Amino acid sequence: MAAAELTLDELETDALTELVNIAVSRAAKNLREMVGGQVFLSVPRIQLVGRQQAIEILGEQGMDRLVAVHQLFEGELTGRALLIFPEARSLELVRAVAGPEHSLEDIIDLEQEALAETGNVILNSCLATIANLLHRSLKVSLPEVIRGTGVDFFNLSPPPAPGEVVLFLYINFTVKDHDITGYIAMLMDMPSLAVLKALLSDFIERVGGTEI
Amino acid sequence: MNVLIVDDSKLARMALVKVLARSYPTWTRKEASNADEALELQQEFAADVVLMDYNMPGRDGLALAAELRARNPAARLALISANQQHEIIEGAKAVGAVFLNKPVSEPELIDFLGKPETVAGQDAR
Repeated sequence: MAAAELTLDELETDALTELVNIAVSRAAKNLREMVGGQVFLSVPRIQLVGRQQAIEILGEQGMDRLVAVHQLFEGELTGRALLIFPEARSLELVRAVAGPEHSLEDIIDLEQEALAETGNVILNSCLATIANLLHRSLKVSLPEVIRGTGVDFFNLSPPPAPGEVVLFLYINFTVKDHDITGYIAMLMDMPSLAVLKALLSDFIERVGGTEI
Repeated sequence: MNVLIVDDSKLARMALVKVLARSYPTWTRKEASNADEALELQQEFAADVVLMDYNMPGRDGLALAAELRARNPAARLALISANQQHEIIEGAKAVGAVFLNKPVSEPELIDFLGKPETVAGQDAR
């Protein structure tokens, strides 16, 4: 397949951005309930990039050591969704979710589990909305907490083909009154992109088609 | 009736136009892709109804709704978002805007807009 020629046109990119915006906005309500503070979202950015470039984009955000909750999704679309925080902020998130009454020791004990559960709620909410709006079902793996740098996250198993282009979409969020900031990122490989293009075209027809 | 649609997504605007064109064919529609553009348009196009997205580049829909409310106390405003956080719903209420969940369904939109002009619109209710 001539993967390099596969791109999304303007309206398809718009539709995908809108889809992600709706999905993350719904997930923000869940996160707001978990952390008890208003969640502010950026406008999503969607790019078709090489893995190296995706790593650089994460690097630009001043995020060096990162912690992420990672889930694979499978179905007609295959890829991975990540909820990413600077490692230094992850305890703050756990504290916000668990409540202020816990000692630092408890928080450290809870960290892994609380991150996995928070990620699970947020990422599942996003993926379920995307799947529903596209009228498809996605199977989502159990959450896995990973630590490392952007390079590590973009070279997770199964290993990517060299030079592979990925659909990289991400949205920044911050939580009011808490020092919490992070990213939701999704990566889709090229074979899925052809399917996505077709699904987006159906979505556009359903949502905006047959205009008088 | 003049209606202004404000959303950075072209597809989201198309979805609203689809309902408007079907059920309110005589209304005059204008579109803007962000709050600044909407406010500029509003100077020459006095919208009676404004349908606006919340999460847009630049000023968000709540800031826009507040500004529009200050300029026209009688305008009917709807903030449309999938982001159902308490603060946003309350923020909409505070400026006298109705909160509609995104993607907005045709019957919900018609409930907000009022009696449709066409049979097709009435069927959708």
